[in-house]
Amino acid sequence: MTAIMPKQAEQSRPARDLASPLVMPARWLTVLTFAAPVALIAAQVWSVQASAPDRDMGHLQKIMYVHVPAAWMAFLSFFLVLVQSVRYLWRREERADLLAAAAAEVGAVFTGLTLLLGSIWGRPTWGVWWTWDARLTSTAVLFLVFIGYLALRGLTDDPVRRATWSAAVGILGALNVPIVYMSVKWWRTLHQMQSSPSTVDPTYAWGLRLNAIALLLVLIVFIAHRYRALQREQIAERLLDDAALLRRSGA
Amino acid sequence: MAPGEVLGIVGHNGSGKSTLLRIAATAVRPTRGGGNVFGADLIQSAHEVRSMVALLSTESGVYGDLTALENLRFAARMLGTPATADALQESLERVGLGQEGGTLARTMSSGMQRRLSIARMLLRRARLLLLDEPFNSLDKNGAGLVNQLMRDTCERGGSVVLVAHDLARAEQQPNRTVEMRDGLLNGPGIDAVTAS
Amino acid sequence: MLSLQAEWGRVRAVAWKDLVAERRTKSNFNAVVAMAALMLLFFGFALGPDAEALRNAAAGVLWLTIFFSGVLAFNRSYQLELEAGALEQLLLYPGERWAIYLGKLLANLAFVFLMELITLPLTGILYHVAFPARWFAVLSVLVLGTIGFVSLGTLYAAMASRSRSREVLLPLLLFPMMVPVLIAASGATAALLVNDVMGDSGAWIRLLAAFDVIFLIAATWAFQFVIDG
Repeated sequence: MTAIMPKQAEQSRPARDLASPLVMPARWLTVLTFAAPVALIAAQVWSVQASAPDRDMGHLQKIMYVHVPAAWMAFLSFFLVLVQSVRYLWRREERADLLAAAAAEVGAVFTGLTLLLGSIWGRPTWGVWWTWDARLTSTAVLFLVFIGYLALRGLTDDPVRRATWSAAVGILGALNVPIVYMSVKWWRTLHQMQSSPSTVDPTYAWGLRLNAIALLLVLIVFIAHRYRALQREQIAERLLDDAALLRRSGA
Repeated sequence: MAPGEVLGIVGHNGSGKSTLLRIAATAVRPTRGGGNVFGADLIQSAHEVRSMVALLSTESGVYGDLTALENLRFAARMLGTPATADALQESLERVGLGQEGGTLARTMSSGMQRRLSIARMLLRRARLLLLDEPFNSLDKNGAGLVNQLMRDTCERGGSVVLVAHDLARAEQQPNRTVEMRDGLLNGPGIDAVTAS
Repeated sequence: MLSLQAEWGRVRAVAWKDLVAERRTKSNFNAVVAMAALMLLFFGFALGPDAEALRNAAAGVLWLTIFFSGVLAFNRSYQLELEAGALEQLLLYPGERWAIYLGKLLANLAFVFLMELITLPLTGILYHVAFPARWFAVLSVLVLGTIGFVSLGTLYAAMASRSRSREVLLPLLLFPMMVPVLIAASGATAALLVNDVMGDSGAWIRLLAAFDVIFLIAATWAFQFVIDG
């Protein structure tokens, strides 16, 4: 007896299901949305006035208070992309894909910011807009990986294909990050050039930590908002699909 | 479906008949829901399903830069049953392409390319044969080949699903016919099913 | 039921098919080789004509040329499948997806190695490079770097070839991933062309080998998701 049988149990998942909050209820998000910039301003104000001007660099060093935490956030975003990509391929949960997309978009912005600030710092320091410093260069490569990821998403229309392909690209990209960093570092040591600013002063370290926490709040807020926007788009599409289906079967 | 049964599916263009076949063949994943063929789950055990199901789609699926013989040899190797040159030549003869073994598929007419894909189906000896508009662009001889393919399958105890808007050309009329309208199947033996 | 014997048969079948198809229309290979020669000339015009400058740039130019002309080959491997809907049938055969990947990988490797066989001596001639004493090491670097390049290229082309803007999407996805290979391969090649008195090449070669192992495995695994998607 041969058979082709559909699974009876699974009906169309209620669109409501997608709306369940991933990270936090709406009220928390609103609070955070106000708290994050406040925290950032506070952290910046404290760190700028608490640390003495650097002997050589003057106040320019303070750009590090944004540049370094921004870099940390960029890598954190990428890690989030990695985790959600793995989760998507393993469980095929749409939410994982949306979160990866949100993290990639915000991560790209933070990476761009890191590069920009690094460049601005480099100009008065070494007289050039760019130095092939190991960390800065690795960050530039990371930026391009993000861009490639986002370009792929933009050019793929089918949602399942888009999710699957970006997950594969995200995972492979993440695997490469440490390798890229290592190879650029070795490449640099063979050519003996200037190194990045060191971080010795304890006030400096605290300044970095505070700004990192504040920037982490900003990161979470951006990703959460972006995720919700993507979620709503998908809910809207699902509702349209369901409506069309109901119309047909009712007819 | 019962062994040796032919199921016909009719419906307007765009009603989803091709999609249904492609889901059953595991060529596409269903966006929602699932199913199984001969007890093998479409998603979890796709491998098993593929070894039992063959799909003759509207596109011929041949490699333009390979000859007819090379196309068949590739198919045989991929099926895990590499065949001798003689056996492959015989397959070509069965579909009336005996003289075209060395012809590049690219230079063959669409009717000839369709025959080549039928030869490929014959190699597969599938338990479930899925035919998507098989009589298109085929003359009377070609249609005869499709009928022969269906007969071949049913005699072996397999089943056939035939999607066509011109069922008249099928020598062996379907035992059952169902209609597909806007993604929903309707007819004997179908419980309320959504195939979208 | 996984039968490695059967899967190896499929790997060979896919590689055979791709190579037969490619050999029929040599136009693609000729075009890629012509492109490589053109690039060597262009880089030469941009960097030369001083012999010393060219010699110093030779290793880097070689690898850039391999990447920029090799990348043109990968999309083609999937284009064969997209005409007449062959890909759909290919995916309907029983068997593992990674067998298809490895088959295409082998075919692409053959293609790129053949291209390099011509590009390498041409670079030596145009860029005034003396025949290296450690030519075997240079060839090893060539092989290792190419494997890294082709394994990721074969994977990413499975996506790019089926997207819009495929000509720009493939390099955009592939080249950031190639940074370690470019650095290591050109670094090692440059050192070996002057007999590597400082022993730099060892570390680079190990990096290349590690990269190859990691990404060969990762790409083989990822292919099943990418080809079905």
